[in-house]
Amino acid sequence: MATRVTGGAKRGAARTTPRNDVHPAGLTRAQLLELYYWMRLTRTLEERLVALYRQTKVVGGLFRSLGQEADAVGSAFALRREDVLSPLIRNLGSMLVKGATPVEILRQYMAKGDSPTRGRELNIHFGDTERGFIGQISPLGDMVPVMAGVTLTFKMRGEARVGLVYVGDGATSTGAFHEGINFAAVQRCPLVVVIENNGYAYSTPTRKQTLAQQFVDKAIGYGVPGEQADGNDVIATYEVTKRAVDRARAGEGVSIVELMSYRRKGHAEHDNQSYVPPGEIDKWARENDPIDRYVARLRSELSFGEAELTEIDARVRHEVDEATEIAEQSPAPEPLDALVGVYAEPAAEVPLWYRRGKRSAVETNERPEGWGTFSSANGSGKAGQVAREND
Amino acid sequence: MAEVTYLEAIREALIEEMDRDGNVFCLGEDIGAYGGAFKATEGLLDRFGEQRVIDTPISEIGIVGAAAGAAHMGMRPVVEMQFIDFIANAYDMLTNYVATARYRAMLPCPMVVRGPSGGYVRGGPFHSQNPEAGFIHTPGLKVVYPSTAEDAKGLLKAAIRDDDCVLFFEHKYLYRRIKGTMPAGDHVTPIGKARLAREGRDLSIITYAATVWKALEAAEQLEREDGLSVEVLDLRSLSPLDDDAITSTTRKTNRVLVVHEDTRTGGIAGEITSRINESCFEWLDAPVLRVTAHDVPLPYAPPLEDFVLPQTSDIVTAARTLAAY
Repeated sequence: MATRVTGGAKRGAARTTPRNDVHPAGLTRAQLLELYYWMRLTRTLEERLVALYRQTKVVGGLFRSLGQEADAVGSAFALRREDVLSPLIRNLGSMLVKGATPVEILRQYMAKGDSPTRGRELNIHFGDTERGFIGQISPLGDMVPVMAGVTLTFKMRGEARVGLVYVGDGATSTGAFHEGINFAAVQRCPLVVVIENNGYAYSTPTRKQTLAQQFVDKAIGYGVPGEQADGNDVIATYEVTKRAVDRARAGEGVSIVELMSYRRKGHAEHDNQSYVPPGEIDKWARENDPIDRYVARLRSELSFGEAELTEIDARVRHEVDEATEIAEQSPAPEPLDALVGVYAEPAAEVPLWYRRGKRSAVETNERPEGWGTFSSANGSGKAGQVAREND
Repeated sequence: MAEVTYLEAIREALIEEMDRDGNVFCLGEDIGAYGGAFKATEGLLDRFGEQRVIDTPISEIGIVGAAAGAAHMGMRPVVEMQFIDFIANAYDMLTNYVATARYRAMLPCPMVVRGPSGGYVRGGPFHSQNPEAGFIHTPGLKVVYPSTAEDAKGLLKAAIRDDDCVLFFEHKYLYRRIKGTMPAGDHVTPIGKARLAREGRDLSIITYAATVWKALEAAEQLEREDGLSVEVLDLRSLSPLDDDAITSTTRKTNRVLVVHEDTRTGGIAGEITSRINESCFEWLDAPVLRVTAHDVPLPYAPPLEDFVLPQTSDIVTAARTLAAY
C-alpha cells in the first residue's frame, strides 16, 4: 500500500466492489479510486478557497494547481508513509496524500491562530516531519539542498527511507537547485527530484528559462538517471515516480523526474495571465484535464461505475464543507504569540517598552475603510492603492 | 595542563562533541583528507570516518541547506566555511531558510556554521571579512566570536549543543598566535555572556575577537603613560548581546569606547551605542565613541590594510579623547 494517511480514503475503498482484474501499475481498485479521491479533493478544496478568497476571508494570495492535480497526487502516491517530501506551491495534492487535512489548509489560508503555523506563514507553506512533509519557503530551489540533508540523514542512519522534492521549471535556474542536486548526487542520497514543467514560471515561459530541449536532459550532467512522463496522466506519473523511488530505496541515489503539465491559472489568483497566447488555456482545459482524463479511463478501460465516482465527489464535498465550517470558527492568533518561538531559548521575545501591557498593536480606528489609499497634500485624490496581494 | 592554541582548542571541541554525541558530524570543503584550509579538522577523518567528516562540493548553499535538512531530522551538523567570506553565498539559506525555520514551521535547526574570519593577515578582500553584522540583524540566528583559546573551545561546544543555529566566527589571526590552558572536564562557555577581560575604573572598551587583544595592549599603554584605568569587556556573543554586562561596565566607568574590526556603517558598534543611549544616558560623562575599520573593502597591501583596520594606536588616541572629554 502506498501512502495511506487519512481515514477518508479507506472509507472510499470500502465502498468499492473488489475485483481481481489486473490493473495499471499494479494498483488495486481501491488504490485507483484513492487516486481519484485525492485529485477531486484537491480541486474541490481549491474551489472552496477561491470562494473564501472572494469573500476576503483568505488574507493573502491564493495559489491554484488547476490542471496539475495528477502530477502532485500521482507522484506523492509513490511514497511510503515513512518517506518525506517537500512540496511546492502547486502541490496541495501531494500534501493531502501525505496527510495534510483540509481543515489545516483552510486555517492556514485564513491566517487562523490554530493553523499549523499559528498564523506565521501563508497558504500551503507548512509541514510536519511526523507525517513526512516539510514546508517550503518562497525562495525557489532552496528545498533541494534541504532535502539533500534530510535524505543524507536517512543514508547515514541506514534507514530505508526516501525523500522527494518538487521544483518548478523556473526553480531549475537557481543556484540552490544545482548545488542541492549535485550534493545529493555525489553523496548518493536517496532523493527523487521532481521537476514539474507547467510551461510558466510566473509569466516567464519555459523557452526563456532554459535552452535545454527538456529539463530531464540535465540529469546527464549530474550523472543521475532521468525520466520524463505525462504529468496529466496520474498513472504514468505514479509509475515514473515509483521507479525513481524504488531506485532511491535500493541505494541507487538521486533521480530526476520531469512531469509535463500545464498551469491553467495564473501564478496566483490576482494574475490575469495576459502573457498567455489566446486559446492556449481553453485548449488544455478542453483536451487535457487530468481529472477528466482519469475519469474517462476509470469508466471505460477500468470499468468503474458512475456511482463509485459520484459517491467520492459527494464525500469530498461533504468533507470540504465540514472543514470550512470548522476552520471559519477558528480564532485569529493572539497578537503576543508573534513573539514566541524564534529560538528554543529564550522561548519568547520581550515586547518593546511602548507595547508593554497592551494586548493588541492596532486600535480599532487605525485601519478605517479605505486603508491603503493616500491623499496628497493638495487634495488631488488617490495616490495609489496598496495591492492586496502579498505574494 | 599543556597550553593549546586557539586553533587546537577548536579541534578539541569538535572531537569531544563528536565523541559525546553520535549525531554531531562535520561537512565542508576540503575538511576531510586535507583537514581543512587551516587544519582545524585535521585528524577527524581518520578518527570518525567519511560518514561523519564529509568533503563536499564547492556549494555553500548546498552545504548549509543540507545541514538544515539533517538538523530537522535530529542531527547536529557542523558546517565549515573555508573562509567566512564565502558565507555570503549561503546568505539566503541562512537568513530565509534556517533563521525562520523554528518560527514559521516549528522545525528545529540545531547546527553550527563556523569558519576563519577577520583580517590583519594580508588576505585581501575575500579572505579577511567580518560579516557578523548582517547575521546579528537576522532574528533566529545566534552569533559568537571568541577571542581566547578557552572561549573558542567552550563556545564551540555550547554552539554544537544549542538547539538553534549558531554562527561561530573564528579569528584566523588568533589561530596560532593565541594559546590558553583548557579547564579540566567538560568545558562549556555559555552563549550570551560577556567576559570582563580587564578591570578598570576610568573608561570602558567594549569589543570582541582580535581587537580584544589590541584593546588590552592599549589599556596597558594608557595605564603606563596616562595613569588611566581602562576596563575591557570581551563580548564573546554578539547575538544575543549581554546587555547586563554592557550596562554594568557603562554605569561603572561612565565613558565607553566601542571597538570592532568590522566596517563602521551598520556595524555592531552602532547597536551597542544605541542600547547604551537607551539604558544608561544619565550615567554617561561623554558620548560613546567608536573605533572601527574604514568603510572600504579590505585591501591586500600591508600599508593599505593597516590603514583601513583599527590599530592599537587608534584605540589609544580615541581613549585619550574620551578620557579628556
